[in-house]
Amino acid sequence: MTQTTLTTFDQAGFDAFIESRVEPDWLLSMRREAWQHGSAMQWPERRHEEWIRTDIRAFQIGKYGVPTGTDGPESAVTDREQVHQLLQDVELAGRIETVDSQIVSESLDDAVAQRGVVFGSLSRLSETHPDLVRKHLFTAFDPDEDKFAALHAAFWSGGQILYVPRGVVLERPVHIGSILSEGGTDTTHTLIVLEEGAEATVLHESNGASANASGLHLGAVELIQKPGSHLRYVNLQEWGHKTYNFAQQKASVDRDATLQWTLAAMGSMLSKVNQTVDLVGAGANSQVNGVMFTEARQHIAYHTLQHHKAPECRSDFLYKAAQQDKSRTVWRGMIKVDKEAQKTDGYQRNDNLVLSNTSRADSIPGLEIEADDVRCTHGSTTAKVDEEQIFYARCRGFTRKEATRMIVSGFFQQIFDRISIESVREALAAAIARQVREYE
Amino acid sequence: MTHVLKIEDLHVNVGEKPILRGVDLTINHGETHALMGPNGSGKSTLGLAIMGHPGYEVIKGKISLDGKDVLAMEPDERAREGIFMAFQRPMAIPGVKMADFLRHATTNVRRPDRKEGEELIPMREFRKELKDKMSHLRMDVEFARRYVNDGFSGGEMKRAEILQLAMLQPKFALLDETDSGLDADAVRLASESIAEIGQGKMGLLIITHHDKLLEHNPPEFTHVMLGGRLVETGGRELADELHEHGYDRIRKAYPDAEAANQEMLAEEAAV
Repeated sequence: MTQTTLTTFDQAGFDAFIESRVEPDWLLSMRREAWQHGSAMQWPERRHEEWIRTDIRAFQIGKYGVPTGTDGPESAVTDREQVHQLLQDVELAGRIETVDSQIVSESLDDAVAQRGVVFGSLSRLSETHPDLVRKHLFTAFDPDEDKFAALHAAFWSGGQILYVPRGVVLERPVHIGSILSEGGTDTTHTLIVLEEGAEATVLHESNGASANASGLHLGAVELIQKPGSHLRYVNLQEWGHKTYNFAQQKASVDRDATLQWTLAAMGSMLSKVNQTVDLVGAGANSQVNGVMFTEARQHIAYHTLQHHKAPECRSDFLYKAAQQDKSRTVWRGMIKVDKEAQKTDGYQRNDNLVLSNTSRADSIPGLEIEADDVRCTHGSTTAKVDEEQIFYARCRGFTRKEATRMIVSGFFQQIFDRISIESVREALAAAIARQVREYE
Repeated sequence: MTHVLKIEDLHVNVGEKPILRGVDLTINHGETHALMGPNGSGKSTLGLAIMGHPGYEVIKGKISLDGKDVLAMEPDERAREGIFMAFQRPMAIPGVKMADFLRHATTNVRRPDRKEGEELIPMREFRKELKDKMSHLRMDVEFARRYVNDGFSGGEMKRAEILQLAMLQPKFALLDETDSGLDADAVRLASESIAEIGQGKMGLLIITHHDKLLEHNPPEFTHVMLGGRLVETGGRELADELHEHGYDRIRKAYPDAEAANQEMLAEEAAV
């Protein structure tokens, strides 16, 4: 079983947490500073624009334990190949597995390691590669963003780093698997750094120990791309349906680098995710493909920012969401173009397919443009499954359920068409197919 | 046994409005019937009612296939029993490839007892058949990779409907203006294709305004619909007459039906 304690996110909990860490001083002082800020911060209130649609009054952090102890407990889940979806038919260059923020296994192909690639436990590598970690940690992520970010910065545990040196191309993907056991806490921090001209594919998925598992995820992702690097990052989130998920996910993309970021948010009871792509060097190019599919009383909120800080960059964000039962999604997107970011090409779109009369989709696109020579377009659609489409399919022998399933899959196909990794397309299609049921 | 599709005294409402007011029609397997009539007379409604569109309420009458009660069946059961309609305005299903759509449809129709989730026709076998049929219809194979009717031109949609007819091989096919929106060459191609696929091999009910589609499909029976009723039935010569002289004679000969037709048109215009 995983090691859990009763220490919570308070002063005593923080002291015990710090006591349990075997870490360099610079890292401990980062934590102390984050705790100092975070403990003084208020919880977000509903009147804040970001929290108007996301009600966290029922969330009690006192119910969740701080992840203590060092790396190495045994996995609560024995058959990971069954739990994870992105491992099918993929040859990996490396793998890391965590349960409740504690690393249970890590591996990296020797040949890859010999080319200078660093991949594994962020805690461990903070000791062995302090300069590397210190240089990049929290450079894209801001611990002062809000209380959740500050708590993450203080309590992050069991995270991982992938570092790809200049010019090195990782042909095979690496896989990161995080599992939350019943009632567990996950505060993993993911740091990915691609030096100039480097290339990598990262498959990252999160699962609950069971479909209905409770838990808390207080996580962050930092993607740091130097000029001319190419990253494909895939994030499949299937936390249990009683799990709270608060996450900051930030990318910084430099000159002529490309980022393809595919995410699927299927799990959790409540998710509040801030996803930002900063385009910091001329000619940087980012594509985000987002899938959300909610059911029961799930609430998934994505606040996305495509921030053009340099000229001639491209950002193309497409989010497709389907809602069933009494669930709700919130998508609030912003394209921000700084004065110096001339010749920006920005695109954002959110399409929603509302599958029940009691589900809801909030879609709020936005533009903030200070440059005068840009092309920015945005759009948002919200529709129901068309009865005429269903009738047409039924006239061709499809049952109502088969017709609906097909129409919903088709709705998401536009996203799949953009994903260049076949196994990911298949895993996402399968995850969606599992969610679809019969609608009257 | 010869299959028979039998429609008796069919009355259909859309909402509160009566559209079909007592239609009797028997189609035997292997026969070709033409259904003609002015706009708004109820031709498409007959097709949609036979398929079981939820918006078309049968308030009286019967539809049977080989004695089985069609009205008791769901639309997909009707399709699996071998009734097909080529839509006047087919629906687009974005994100679903024609080939995948047809593979599933073909499997369901050929194996009416198939349960959801059971295996489809093997991909190789299906692809070969689809490719053969498409080349026969002079369709580009690229067509199969496009999304169902998504961004299709009017002509492409009609050809896609004919391809579906070819794959599904129904016992009875209702072709609702499969010539509309096509140029002369395309209509000729459609006419030839329908003849090849269906003539003598199924019961055909061809709904059309023109005679071009009938060029290769000479009807044994021509029915004229007006005001929601079949007011006249004849042979091939009736279709020729209507094409040449229009519906004036019919309108004058059946003033009650004409009045009903005008009323339906006025209501349609008011919507």
